[in-house]
Amino acid sequence: MRPRPGFVLEVDRSTPPTLMWKGESFGLVKLPAGSRVVYAPEPFEALEDPEGAIRHALEHPTGDSAPLSGLLRPGMRLTICFDDISLPLPPMEAPDIRQMVIEAVLDAAAAAGVDDVVLIAALALHRRMTEPELRHALGDRVYDAFAPHGQLLQHDAEDPSALVHLGVTKHGEDVEINKRAAESDLLVYVNINLVAMDGGHKSVATGLASYRSLRHHHNPETMTHSKSFMDAPASELHSANWRMGRLIRDAGVSIFQIETTLNTDTFPGSFQFLQKREWEWSWKDRATFLAASKALDAAPPKMARQMLHSIKAPHALRSVYAGEVEAVHERITADVWAQQGVAVDGQTDIVTMGLPYISPYNVNSILNPILVACLGLGYFFNLYRGKPVVREGGVAILFHPTRPEFHPGHHPSYIDFFEQVLTQTTDPVAMHEQFEESFATDPWYRHLYRTGHAYHGVHPFYMWYWCSHAMKHLGRVIIVGGDPATVRRMGFHPASTLDDALEMAKDVVGPDPTLTHLHTPPLLLADVT
Amino acid sequence: MSSKALRRLGSVRFPLTRPTWPATVPRPPKRRKVGLDYDTAWSRRYPARLARAILTDNVTVPLTRLVAPAVIEGAAALSRVDGPVIIAANHSSHADTGVLIAALPLHLRHKVVVAAASDYFFDTPLKATMAALVLGAIPIERTKVSRRSAASALELLADGWSVIIYPEGGRTPDGWMHDFKGGAAFLSVRSGAPVIPVYLEGTARVLPKRPVERGDAPGGSGSESASSGRIRRAPVSVLIGRALTPAEGEDARSFGPRIEAAVAELGREAATDFWTARRDPDAALTYGPDAAAWRRAWARPAPRAVAERQPLPDWPTQG
Repeated sequence: MRPRPGFVLEVDRSTPPTLMWKGESFGLVKLPAGSRVVYAPEPFEALEDPEGAIRHALEHPTGDSAPLSGLLRPGMRLTICFDDISLPLPPMEAPDIRQMVIEAVLDAAAAAGVDDVVLIAALALHRRMTEPELRHALGDRVYDAFAPHGQLLQHDAEDPSALVHLGVTKHGEDVEINKRAAESDLLVYVNINLVAMDGGHKSVATGLASYRSLRHHHNPETMTHSKSFMDAPASELHSANWRMGRLIRDAGVSIFQIETTLNTDTFPGSFQFLQKREWEWSWKDRATFLAASKALDAAPPKMARQMLHSIKAPHALRSVYAGEVEAVHERITADVWAQQGVAVDGQTDIVTMGLPYISPYNVNSILNPILVACLGLGYFFNLYRGKPVVREGGVAILFHPTRPEFHPGHHPSYIDFFEQVLTQTTDPVAMHEQFEESFATDPWYRHLYRTGHAYHGVHPFYMWYWCSHAMKHLGRVIIVGGDPATVRRMGFHPASTLDDALEMAKDVVGPDPTLTHLHTPPLLLADVT
Repeated sequence: MSSKALRRLGSVRFPLTRPTWPATVPRPPKRRKVGLDYDTAWSRRYPARLARAILTDNVTVPLTRLVAPAVIEGAAALSRVDGPVIIAANHSSHADTGVLIAALPLHLRHKVVVAAASDYFFDTPLKATMAALVLGAIPIERTKVSRRSAASALELLADGWSVIIYPEGGRTPDGWMHDFKGGAAFLSVRSGAPVIPVYLEGTARVLPKRPVERGDAPGGSGSESASSGRIRRAPVSVLIGRALTPAEGEDARSFGPRIEAAVAELGREAATDFWTARRDPDAALTYGPDAAAWRRAWARPAPRAVAERQPLPDWPTQG
């Protein structure tokens, strides 16, 4: 059967309570009658022969590009870069799509007699991946063939000897990317386009860039003018990346871009109820819901996190294109919208979002308060094209416990950001001017980023900047169930129940407000008219 | 149970109970393999056949003979055929199939399927299962010879199964015979199996077609529609004609009317007698007058008297 498209439900008396994520747990919340709930489209069917589709894409390129086999020759330098742990979400069941694509590329390279091949995880300023994470993404076969010989690298944005400055755009933006990638005869980039924001020139211009290069677009000014990140023509972040990407191309870097879309099949087997419509829950779904929600509520946060982070998504390959960056990206973005787009008629006074346990920056880690803000206001708020789901001056109500918990190994600079910066200011522009430089150049953070598994010192600032557009747009942000002191420190308002939050929201949007709930995950992109 | 516990029981809600369905979301049609898609193959395997044979011989046939004692005329025509046949009968009651099966000789009775309207007998899984098990029914479309139902019926004929088919496409609404659809002729032309024309008289009195819903009756909601779907004991007649086979080169279009004419002749015979029926092709005797509903009902012939069974004297009586 064809998967059903997404739709907007109008809540009435007969509507059952709505599933609401609240961090490491979920519950059912009765939304007021008249509210709207945006449901994601059902996952598209998987491709029947993903390996065949990948091979076909490599040999039938999109845009102005030769087939991959035509670009490979003995004696050349080939670099294969791939997206890091931040994609897809949750991590997919083995085999990971990166493994499938890279194996196909390596088959072609081996057939062409290419000896000098290096794999690079395109981390940008993210944490380095652990060996199990790399093995999961690439498969043991690839890992064991490259890692022992030092041919599997993780991009180091703080190693001057591994970076090359390619020039400055006409907007004055430095373009500094990974040297090995830039100086290769061919750079193959393997992308996972989980949302419409991913891929395109952003892959190389951001994924392989240094802090010196990234600061030109990861700043409050650019983020505020990205409306939204999912809508490339309206996103200043994308404009900057496109300028840089074209400079990279003009500097002679030969890129063969491979972009892939996955379907939105997010939860496996017994957890499928999390992506079903509540009124279609079977007795089995209800029993699993009760058992899972009670167990997660009762478990200590650490154990609940372990349970949830062990979930691997049954994502399946939906489409794959390869060739010239812009042509490939255009086709793949259309596919992402086809899978995730939902038409939403008009804006709303209040938007509610249940925040799950995972974001791109806490895979196998903790969703700390800054990441909570980023997930709600940076990601969920930006899941739109046209206009935000909530009107200007409206209210966002997030559901999350927002405990002041941090992973000291992954997010060391976040702890200091929370204690030193957020206690002084929550204004992105002010912190950008006063604090960013010192965090970005701190030698201890730099050391942890380069040798441990820590996000770069500047990363919490970037997370906060992601929220700039939402914070400017919204009249108030309320976090239901959030730790009051933590929520207040971030400049938001804590509430204990949805009813309380609605009362608080009425101070801002007036009595009798309209409410829209984003029923995600699975991912959806609201096409607001 | 204390009143508190009762109250608590009353407040059990989703997710402990089944979720309610939002009024703004249309319910999807239930996807079940019923109707034409219902697969009846299981009902022709030996366990189901055995169960049906036991049921037919011990329940269906005795019960039918009890409530619808039949005069069977022309049964000899059936005893002479041994291969699969197509039995084409007029249709006025759900009792028809039982009466017909009871009238069949044993060698046909246990290897026969009934072509039943997919929209009526196969609309729910329970009805479909019961129809397939008890009657050996197969789903067909009423109005046309669809490729799928024709293919399955032809396959069965090729496998040696006889097929009971009611070419009118449904029970007559007024007791008179209606025009035949082409299904029986089509199957005969395609398979080569002979057609046995049968006229069933009086079955509508045993189990009449359910009258129109009160609200739909021409007289409005106050209409009296007393004759409900209750079973009454009444005598019936089963008139079996001679086997018909399509002539060399004859197609279903010309063979169909011959079948209909043969059943109509049996119908006249039911209303009159063998000789009169053959001499006087008065269509009104089978199809009723072309008039309003009540006059058509008025014109229906009175039931034929069934000869009371005389108990045979003990043999030999010795004084």
